[in-house]
Amino acid sequence: MRQLVSYALIYLLAIASAALLATQSQADEGALSVRIGYLGYRPDPGPLLSNVIPEPNDAGERGAQLAIQDSNSTGRFLKHDYQLRSASVDSPEALLQAAQAQHAEGLRLFVVNAPAASLRQLSAALPDSLLFNAGSADDSLRSTDCLGNVLHSLPSRAMLADALVQFMAVRKWQRALLIVGQTPDDEAYAAALRRASKRFGVKIVAEKPWSFDNDQRRSAQADMPLFTQTAEYDVVLVADERGDFGEYVPYQTWYPRPVAGTQGLTPTGWHKTVETYGAAQLQKRFEALAGRWMNDRDFAAWIAVRSIASAVSKLRQVDPVAIQQLELSEQLPLDGFKGRKLSYRPWNGQLRQPIPIVQPRALVSTSPQDGFLHPVNEMDSLGYDKPEVTCRYP
Amino acid sequence: MRRTLLSCALLLAAGNAAAATAWVSNEKDNSLSLIDMQTLQVTETLPVGQRPRGLLLSHDNKLLYICASDSDRVQVMDVATRKIIKELPSGKDPEQFALHPNNRWLYVSNEDDALVTVIDTETSKVIGQINVGVEPEGMAVSPDGKWAVNTSETTNMLHWIDTSTQTLADSTLVDQRPRFVEFNQDGSQLWASAEIGGTVTILDVATRKILKTLNFQIKGVHPDKVQPVGIKLSADGQYGFVALGPANHVAVIDAKTFEILDYLLVGRRVWQLAFTPDQRQLLATNGVSGDVSVIDVQSRKVLKSIKVGRYPWGVVVTP
Repeated sequence: MRQLVSYALIYLLAIASAALLATQSQADEGALSVRIGYLGYRPDPGPLLSNVIPEPNDAGERGAQLAIQDSNSTGRFLKHDYQLRSASVDSPEALLQAAQAQHAEGLRLFVVNAPAASLRQLSAALPDSLLFNAGSADDSLRSTDCLGNVLHSLPSRAMLADALVQFMAVRKWQRALLIVGQTPDDEAYAAALRRASKRFGVKIVAEKPWSFDNDQRRSAQADMPLFTQTAEYDVVLVADERGDFGEYVPYQTWYPRPVAGTQGLTPTGWHKTVETYGAAQLQKRFEALAGRWMNDRDFAAWIAVRSIASAVSKLRQVDPVAIQQLELSEQLPLDGFKGRKLSYRPWNGQLRQPIPIVQPRALVSTSPQDGFLHPVNEMDSLGYDKPEVTCRYP
Repeated sequence: MRRTLLSCALLLAAGNAAAATAWVSNEKDNSLSLIDMQTLQVTETLPVGQRPRGLLLSHDNKLLYICASDSDRVQVMDVATRKIIKELPSGKDPEQFALHPNNRWLYVSNEDDALVTVIDTETSKVIGQINVGVEPEGMAVSPDGKWAVNTSETTNMLHWIDTSTQTLADSTLVDQRPRFVEFNQDGSQLWASAEIGGTVTILDVATRKILKTLNFQIKGVHPDKVQPVGIKLSADGQYGFVALGPANHVAVIDAKTFEILDYLLVGRRVWQLAFTPDQRQLLATNGVSGDVSVIDVQSRKVLKSIKVGRYPWGVVVTP
């Protein structure tokens, strides 16, 4: 008898708890928790000649933080809760560990601000996740060596170079001297400039590697006029991604000509001087959050998180495969404050976007330039177009 | 022959819109341009606060409210004397606003603060502030005064504010970067433009459900350049007009069937629209080309472009 009572009690308890669970899940209906991992690793650039103005060391992460705030503004009405888990580390090994730790917590959406080699490693280690590349401009990732679970929100070197050289073509700067720094990244940037020059009809009349094996009694500034004494050019192109010597080229060239590339007149994904199409409001929000100007990595991380949020708002779910499919469907216009709706190229996962061309304190132009036509989308005149991509994606 | 017809139409239209005056805010000139609608010429240019954008008239047409965005205030101009008689504490960066049918409550979107500020225009006091999404922009109050609707550009939502309590009652997700909202004459429908989404969403006000989403296709214009902004609905319920931004066209829509009837070529980056009081003409401000296009509503023809100041933004017409 006593046993019967206790059974009945258990039975009643079970019913009660089931009912409780049911009400709870009803209350949470439609509620979503969207957890995004930010993985940052920037290798030490080594000793730099031009080190007066340091680069911010939280570039990228601050953009992702702002996008989480922006997305929660929609999320609070839809009961979608966006959270960022951040890891900024100082070695590729630590980055992989941080990624695996976040993955073990259940995260499947990541924004990665790291060099190409690290991105490849993470892409292979997290095959069931969707990664947004906000740190590597590497062209092979977008043309010969695609990563199936990666979308690129940072413009590729080819996009930057095409944007700049289109502008040069418009300004009729048809002859260029190309100066190339010593790192593989500088060589990759130079390769993108050569490719763009060929595409848009600019002639590279001379090319010189910057080795700084000049007379050591002279500073870089003093050496530059002699160094740039070559066949006549309309413009000097500089490939110096770290910012080692490039800042010393403007105003010191043998011929009095403009300087462009990684220094001087610069193509970039984002800059303080971008203000039209509502960009001023984004800049103000970012500056209030970070206390500094928003740069191209901040923007790449910001638009990556906003891409996720735009897809989640529409899909009402967080499945990485479904999100990637929607991003690549060209049916999800993204608002990037650049005057055009942005979308990802289905053939390599690159975010197509206008590229601002800036000098340090002003916007000079925005590419694609008028008149550079394309059968489908003028923005695809920048970077690797569909027929030029040899790898399979996604 | 065609020319005679056109000038006839011009004369006819001008004759009927006797002595009406269009007021245009010039965003980068800190001024208003006044256009005599009979001669279609700029007759006066008045200095106002910094970066004037949204304009609206009191329901008796006696007062003109001006959003002076960079001065962080709303200025009130006496239409008769053309003098600024008052400045209202609008909150930061006012861009668009709407006046309640009681002619007192002004609903202002504060773009930088994610707020809607409600000001009593008689006492110049703030009577409410409502938290909305990021970058609030478009504002409209329903003809019965029950709803104030705000759009937030980054949050991509319409926020329904209950005017009896000045609190947020509901939010509706629409396409990317909603910029402008307009109720129809009887208040049964709300039209909302989405600049990046490239669409106009039409909602049923009673249920707050979406009735129709309009997509625009213009021959020879890339779809990316179709960026709907200003909307005006004719009082007879027949037409809707939508300014399509850098597509440089105004779409004409049958407001009953939601069919797109025509696209009218105007100036560059067309922004906002306003009817003349007799609803025979529609004015469109063209931000980049710095002019105002005059559209004849019945014939759906663009009659003239009138040069105004730099970056014309808002427009209203007094009888």
